[in-house]
Amino acid sequence: MIDLVSKRYLFFLISGIILLPGVVSLVFNGLAFGIDFTGGTSWELQLQQRVTTAEVRDVLSEFERGDSVIQLSGDDVVLIRTRELPEGSAEKQEIAAALQERFGEYEELQIATVGPTVGQQIRNRAAIAVGLASVGVLLYIAWAFRNTNNPLLYGVCAIVAMLHDVLLLVGLFSILGWVANVEVDALFVTALLTVIGFSVHDTIVVFDRIRENLARRVAPTFAETVNYSIVQTLVRSVNTSVTVVLTLLALYLFGGASIRWFVLTLLVGVIAGTYSSIFNASQLLVAWENGEIQRLFRRGRGPEPRARTA
Amino acid sequence: MRSSSSIVLVAIAILTLVATWISLPSTFLNIANAKDELYVRRGLDLQGGLQVVLEARPPEGMSVDGDVLSGTRDTIERRVNALGVGEPLIQTRGNNQIVVELPGLTDPEAAIAVLRQTALLEIIDTQGQFLAVGTRVNTSLGPAEDTASSAAPELGGTPEATLPADPTPQGDSTPATEVTPVPTPEPPPAVLGPTYTTIVSGRDIVDAFPTQSELGQIVVGFELRGDAADRFFDFTSQNVGRPMSIVVDKTVINSAEIRDAISSQGTISGLTAQEVRDLSLQLKSGALEVPLEVVQSRTVGPTLGQDSIDRSIVAGIVGLALVAILMILYYRVPGLLSVVALLIYASLVFSLFKLIPVTLTLAGIAGFILSIGMAVDANVLIFARLKEELRTGRSTKAAIEAGFNHAWPSIRDSNISTMITCVILYWFGRYVGASIIQGFALTLFIGVIVSMFTAIIVTRNLMRVILNVFPIRNAWWLGVEREQATGLGD
Repeated sequence: MIDLVSKRYLFFLISGIILLPGVVSLVFNGLAFGIDFTGGTSWELQLQQRVTTAEVRDVLSEFERGDSVIQLSGDDVVLIRTRELPEGSAEKQEIAAALQERFGEYEELQIATVGPTVGQQIRNRAAIAVGLASVGVLLYIAWAFRNTNNPLLYGVCAIVAMLHDVLLLVGLFSILGWVANVEVDALFVTALLTVIGFSVHDTIVVFDRIRENLARRVAPTFAETVNYSIVQTLVRSVNTSVTVVLTLLALYLFGGASIRWFVLTLLVGVIAGTYSSIFNASQLLVAWENGEIQRLFRRGRGPEPRARTA
Repeated sequence: MRSSSSIVLVAIAILTLVATWISLPSTFLNIANAKDELYVRRGLDLQGGLQVVLEARPPEGMSVDGDVLSGTRDTIERRVNALGVGEPLIQTRGNNQIVVELPGLTDPEAAIAVLRQTALLEIIDTQGQFLAVGTRVNTSLGPAEDTASSAAPELGGTPEATLPADPTPQGDSTPATEVTPVPTPEPPPAVLGPTYTTIVSGRDIVDAFPTQSELGQIVVGFELRGDAADRFFDFTSQNVGRPMSIVVDKTVINSAEIRDAISSQGTISGLTAQEVRDLSLQLKSGALEVPLEVVQSRTVGPTLGQDSIDRSIVAGIVGLALVAILMILYYRVPGLLSVVALLIYASLVFSLFKLIPVTLTLAGIAGFILSIGMAVDANVLIFARLKEELRTGRSTKAAIEAGFNHAWPSIRDSNISTMITCVILYWFGRYVGASIIQGFALTLFIGVIVSMFTAIIVTRNLMRVILNVFPIRNAWWLGVEREQATGLGD
């Protein structure tokens, strides 16, 4: 049988290396929040002629909105992100008229406006939602594993693995915001919460096997039991991940442009979730049960705790 | 065992047929027009339309509570109904916001202007006539066409004719910089008929509340300000036994007979409990004349929506096909059965979308397609167990039962964690662009529940029956290589 558990520090290292660029970007660039969180207007127009961002910026500058973010998708679809420009306001009508004069008739694909106070509310709710999801899942796992030696430990390890996935995605979007102007919006938070659900879903399947194998006493030590359980569930973890990835890939390639980043978030999150449930969550259980984590915090204080088996 | 499985299978077959019938377009086998009400509700991002979040901005010294907000919501609902938009959604949010979704709307700017108007509540002297609820009237504070919500006032008792209309915004109390001419596309025909005298208007009302009369009836109690109370006393004392009407935005919402002279305090009786609640909310919110600010809006054009639907359908079919191929290649006969279960799953979920109904959004479709991938997971868990049991040398029949029983705890525990996050997502969605995220949470939630059902009930019984009819001796067909079938080396 493959011995995965003895290589646990290699897997922790790999996770660290993967997380590092995102964390660095997060520290230096932060996140580019979209209008859902900061307030402002996002306006998508289908023109009947080719334009450049400079031409559009020209028009917007007349209204002291030259600092807007302007992006093209294809040659004739313009996405303008600017400070609040309410529907029905005189200013919006003037800008619309100016754009029409310069580029001819256009079709308004979509326009969304969020007031600054609403943005603040949404940001708070998003943070609360992620927090609630973590606590809810932690409590549920602790309850589901109440017959084991240390039910809370399973919950904590699942949450650590989940936070690994969340950090990876947040870091990725920090990088994307920096290199490709991708913004964090409400859909990103939706994807994040879905990944939380999926990551924990995956972890529980492995934990469930560990619980069962502990009861059946299939191996002499805790580490060996965990390793045996991981190997048993490995094919299932990979197969499930592959089917979900296939459906998401179909969505990414054929689905609409407006949910492309949303789908990409899910895609990366699902892969990360599978990795972390196999290589982080279960391995953390072993590291804790062997007293390795406690040793990190108790260095130089008294004798080291004995490695024990469950 | 065999017979009970067969019965379950027949039940599944019937369920599937019904679900498929519901899922197919309403033009297919529309027996007795039963499918007229069954269609997919498409969200804003799929059919275009407008979503607005209005926030009450009461002037200094006033405050907005839940009652006032509900009353304002009812007023907005009446205006929206006058706009003639299909399936509008109007809900209060928190203690000072109202969310309005108008799918399929084509002129968002005009609609926003209509929504933002402050409601004008009046009690009018009907000159002895009993005006039916819904009648549009001219009052001494202005003719009916002044409110832009007066589209198609085709109501009983009012002769049809047209007057030159003068659409000026009324009661707009926002700063002048934000006021723009209300772009009423076509001024609706005005109401020809008498101009009724307004006795008191909303701002004359101090308070309104449901209360009990001496006879123990539930009635609406209201209280008027000093000078208004004098006017109202003069009017009511001269008109005992004659009707009066309460009008909001020039539309009659209630007509009552005057029983007695009323001064500063009065009651309106003869209403059901629900009507009492509604009317007191109306009077209360009418009393405040709360100005509304647009704090969030989203408009989606119809072209983008159709394009999104087409693309999502393609993505769904490709995704389903890829999963089917993978499952059959890897798990063979059980894989094939799981694909059948997956098709049943898709048809069940889609018919539920129509029955509940769930408003489908782009994110919701993504949730549905994602749930296909996750629905497979339950099957994968079971088949992985099945393979293990077969390798330990069990008979096919025993292996199937053991496989299902051992897989169940993981399926249950893992899906519950997904459901927990769905519930939190749904709550989060309520505060962010309402239908978009809620749609995703709801579709994923339904998907998870139905997937547990199809894996445990459908796949299991399919396998039992199929293996009874065609006993498979060669484990290869069950996805186990011959050399492996001797047990795992542990």
